[in-house]
Amino acid sequence: MQNKSRRRTILPGFGLSLGYTMMYLGLVVIVPLSMLFFKTSSMGFSAFWEATTAPRALASYRLSFGVAFLSALINAFFGFIVAWVLVRYEFPFKKIINVLIDLPFALPTAVAGIALATLYSPSGWVGQFFDKLDIQSAYSPLGIVIALTFIGLPFVVRTVQPVLESIESEIEEAAASLGANRWQTFRAVLFPVLFPSLLTGFTLAFSRALGEYGSVVFISGNMPFKTEIPPLLIMTKLEQYDYSGAAAIAIVMLLTSLLLLLTINLLNRHVSRRVNDELA
Amino acid sequence: MSSLSISRIKTESRFVQWVLIGVALLYLFLLLFLPIILILVSALKKGFPMYVQALQDPETWVAIKLSLFVAVVAVPLNVIFGLFAAWAITKYSFRGKSLLLALIDLPLSVSPVISGMIFVLLFGANGFLGEFLAAHGIRVIFAVPGIILATVFVTFPYVAREVIPVMKAQGKDEEEAAMTLGANGFQIFTKVTLPNIKWGLFYGVILCNARALGEFGAVSVVSGHIRGVTTTLPLHVEILYNEYAFAAAFSVASLFIGLALFTLLLKHIVGFRLKREGLK
Repeated sequence: MQNKSRRRTILPGFGLSLGYTMMYLGLVVIVPLSMLFFKTSSMGFSAFWEATTAPRALASYRLSFGVAFLSALINAFFGFIVAWVLVRYEFPFKKIINVLIDLPFALPTAVAGIALATLYSPSGWVGQFFDKLDIQSAYSPLGIVIALTFIGLPFVVRTVQPVLESIESEIEEAAASLGANRWQTFRAVLFPVLFPSLLTGFTLAFSRALGEYGSVVFISGNMPFKTEIPPLLIMTKLEQYDYSGAAAIAIVMLLTSLLLLLTINLLNRHVSRRVNDELA
Repeated sequence: MSSLSISRIKTESRFVQWVLIGVALLYLFLLLFLPIILILVSALKKGFPMYVQALQDPETWVAIKLSLFVAVVAVPLNVIFGLFAAWAITKYSFRGKSLLLALIDLPLSVSPVISGMIFVLLFGANGFLGEFLAAHGIRVIFAVPGIILATVFVTFPYVAREVIPVMKAQGKDEEEAAMTLGANGFQIFTKVTLPNIKWGLFYGVILCNARALGEFGAVSVVSGHIRGVTTTLPLHVEILYNEYAFAAAFSVASLFIGLALFTLLLKHIVGFRLKREGLK
């Protein structure tokens, strides 16, 4: 009953606004994306299976999951500390640093890519130290991890920050008055409250890292079986006019990211919405 | 309990504070600030005159003009969509609204490479509409229309997702009041709704614009890298870098640093306004 009365608003334009929304959504997003399914449906299942499970493709998924997981883990750890000091402590230039956290989102991925590749090349400012230790940073999986860590940096900071800000100081005082020391209070009281947002930030960073292209292409070296992630493999297939093969890999990637999106929503609806509004 | 011991309960010792701040700042310095410093230093390495010369290069200017043109087309298209979608979603209740919201966010979870290739599958020479377009002499892929389409796709959700929460928070009482006073739909929208949502709209436009100017992966797939014709500014950076014209590449990249800092500053100011009005 209440629902019905709400629907009967006197405001005009329902048909026009919803109609235009559906049409534009259909033309710009749904029809182009459905081409992936259209293209792969014409290739038959065995060809699809062969393209998506070829050794080179499998190697690229493995690498992608590994480097994305590692970079999200690094960001979960350090992003948590960054969020913590930004909310709790005072230090010089805090406001400016807080604004600059979002830089990886405002900067084109190619710009980040060339800067990181130069920085970590064997003769680069940071790369030379790795070189002395006989560790190859650029043109290796480590380089990809560095690029993905840069790209995913804001996620954990921006998911944890608002939750940390909203924690009332009373619960910490209560814990302390019951005899808990600072570390016990953190572990038993604060961390459980912050954990869902940390996990959401981690998953967002992981999911973003799986699809990343621009920042990786310069630093990875793009060697099949070694430093080739799925987006690079798709690029190669497109250049060889193997459109069905590219579409097949793309479907695997798309379904993976949709699955992750679903996970994020189930994990923590509230936190992820707030952070998505903040970031994107 | 004295005030001193209460403050000790609520925060960590000075030493722990400074260690955590040190770790956070070192992390941000290595990952975030060092690449920015590298870009600026590398851009000015050969002196200011060379920097200016790199920016005055005719090919750079063509790329700047193309990128601006793409943004000038793509951003308004997504603004119109965002306003229509927000009106439909916030002023009426209808079935499938949460599905519609999920579909609007969909492009955010699609890898940039896939965002570009779907348009190749649709409009490319071997694509779904390839023959039809070739018969009529229309070029979409490896031409400016393809670049615009890919950019519209990746920036699709940016305006809608900022305007929807703000318009929702405003409710529809004011619009309904205007309606009973005899205003027509267009008057209601321009005189009542638009002033109420202007900061949310501006916020969305800033983010949409930054992404439109900086998109690399999706545009890279559809552009074909035809020099002086389909090279947007991020692609121009890539070409210069791959040709070992590092100083020039970083000079152009420094323009994006400027754009990113400008974007973050505006975002921060507008975000602050929205927060103060209780809309974020």
